[in-house]
Amino acid sequence: MNSASAVKFLYAAYIATWVVHASYIGSLVRRYSRLRRQMKDMGK
Amino acid sequence: MKKAFPILAVLTALFLAYAFYQAMFIAPTDALQGDVYRIIFYHVPSAWTAFLLFFINFIASVQYLASAKPSSARAAKWIVIAVGIIGVVVPFLPQVQQWLNTIGMYPSSAATTALMIPAAYFLVGKYFLGQDLDVLAVTAAEVGVVFCTIVLITGPIWARPVWGIWWAPGDIRLTSTLVLWLIYVSYLVLRHFSDGAQTQKLAAVLAVFGALDIPLVYFSIWFFRTQHPQPVIGGGGSMDPRMLHVLLISWMAFLCFAFLVCWARFQLEKLRREVEEAEALESLLEPGGSAGQTSKGKVLSRGRQ
Repeated sequence: MNSASAVKFLYAAYIATWVVHASYIGSLVRRYSRLRRQMKDMGK
Repeated sequence: MKKAFPILAVLTALFLAYAFYQAMFIAPTDALQGDVYRIIFYHVPSAWTAFLLFFINFIASVQYLASAKPSSARAAKWIVIAVGIIGVVVPFLPQVQQWLNTIGMYPSSAATTALMIPAAYFLVGKYFLGQDLDVLAVTAAEVGVVFCTIVLITGPIWARPVWGIWWAPGDIRLTSTLVLWLIYVSYLVLRHFSDGAQTQKLAAVLAVFGALDIPLVYFSIWFFRTQHPQPVIGGGGSMDPRMLHVLLISWMAFLCFAFLVCWARFQLEKLRREVEEAEALESLLEPGGSAGQTSKGKVLSRGRQ
């Protein structure tokens, strides 16, 4: 495989890494928002 | 602590950006693989971080199980001390030293690694007590699974242009890493779907046995002939010092990132448990006949993650 097309794999790996991290952080934010809503409901 | 988080987050982002710049532009190009080898700067630090987090999960789980009774806590303490002493002495025995040399490992490295077990055990025991140990265990497992997922994604992406295949079936390093990931995913699934009072203990036991796979994954490339390359540090592996320098910078950046994510996840888990306890209490205090039924449901769900 030539170097130019192999570089695509490098970009794919770096992008995949940050997609996984961003998804996980997104899931943490969603869980936190849900907890905040629950706390608000309890306060009513 | 709350104020420090945004500052640390900005510093970590800058550190990660610096590590990215080093990985892409400063590290020299590999003579054989070309630029695609730069995947190593994300693949290997993610693997090391996952191992470290699974190790923390193991230590927290042992501490959690040991803290159930004073006698088991005492026994665990002495076992850990014994492991530390044996781990420091054994690598310097002539026969063991000779064997370590054949696999390219310094006795001092082996002894230092062995010392990490009692050090981590007592450190975790000092700063985390009771339920916090369980919170730490689930935090480390979850973030560890995220890093291990990255290892399993970036590995095949790297393998395709270099080996010509996405996956080498039967390769012990690849298979044992997949098994490790499955063990910790099952640990998280158990915690999520089981709502019995024993869930935390069962999960801790699973974590202790699951951790046995960590040394198998790590040492598999030292002892078995695999498609996977030999270790980049020790084990007879050699790496350009400039590449190694960038690799270590990248690992430090990912460690800072993992620390921050763990911190956020730890606080989230503590908050979740507090909310569930408050809800259970609230339903107990509710006037009317449904209190008992509702609170039972809430209390039972405390084991869920």
